[in-house]
Amino acid sequence: MISLTFHQAVFYFFSAVIVIFSILTVTSRRILRAATYLLFVLLGTAAFYFLLNYTFMGAMQITLYAGGIVVLIIFSILLTSHVGDKFEPIGAGKLIVSLLISLFGAGFTLYVFLKTDFTPSSVGLPDASVRKIGNALLSYQRDGFVLPFEVVSLLLLAAIVGAIVIARKEPADNENLNNE
Amino acid sequence: MWQDISLQDVLIVSTLMFFSGVYGFLTRRNLITMLMSVELMLNAVNINFVAFNYFLHPENMQGMFFALFVVVIAAAEASVAIAIIIGIYRRFKSINIEDVSKMKF
Repeated sequence: MISLTFHQAVFYFFSAVIVIFSILTVTSRRILRAATYLLFVLLGTAAFYFLLNYTFMGAMQITLYAGGIVVLIIFSILLTSHVGDKFEPIGAGKLIVSLLISLFGAGFTLYVFLKTDFTPSSVGLPDASVRKIGNALLSYQRDGFVLPFEVVSLLLLAAIVGAIVIARKEPADNENLNNE
Repeated sequence: MWQDISLQDVLIVSTLMFFSGVYGFLTRRNLITMLMSVELMLNAVNINFVAFNYFLHPENMQGMFFALFVVVIAAAEASVAIAIIIGIYRRFKSINIEDVSKMKF
């Protein structure tokens, strides 16, 4: 019983972290602070995955999201913005419309979720060991994921090439253009 | 299985996270903060996939694999988006979407 309430306390703590920091991410007027709050949200999500026993998923969340994407976002913030700058306040009309849309959407979705009667499965804990995940990723049998795995590897290659081509410095000097 | 945490608890958290992402996407005028809002939404959907997998179909792994592929695609998307944002900044000296309206019809 004690361990159950401990799990529950950890769950509610991380829920509060996720909700508070995701609201702060979209309302903070300093861009670097917003990125830091986003990092906390992503770490809270990783904690959810660990709580649900998906340890591989949680590790991927930390390395890819918290370690990769947030660092990329912070670097691009440092390249493109002045850190001390504050955003201008949002206009009242736009604020009201956006708030109405998101509150209505959240209310409707929560209504559907709370009305639906989900029947939890009684099979037991999922087996999310790394061995099983690796076998499933490279298996072409039923429940194998080798096709999406290969497609994603192609997509990543395309993303690498595309990012390099787009962000490359153009030969903008006039001499270069004339020589060509 | 825990008896004290229900699927609904997880779904409430992910719904609030998703719609704060929607709110940010609608109100932000800066390309990087809009990208961050999109990441929030993707993350909320990932939580949903994993939670449905865990609570409703623990014998299968489809939900977790879908979330895994979404994370990988989000990484690819973020890298290309940031390359584009840096290109836009070089050309327009600003990443505010009010200033980047050259392709607007």
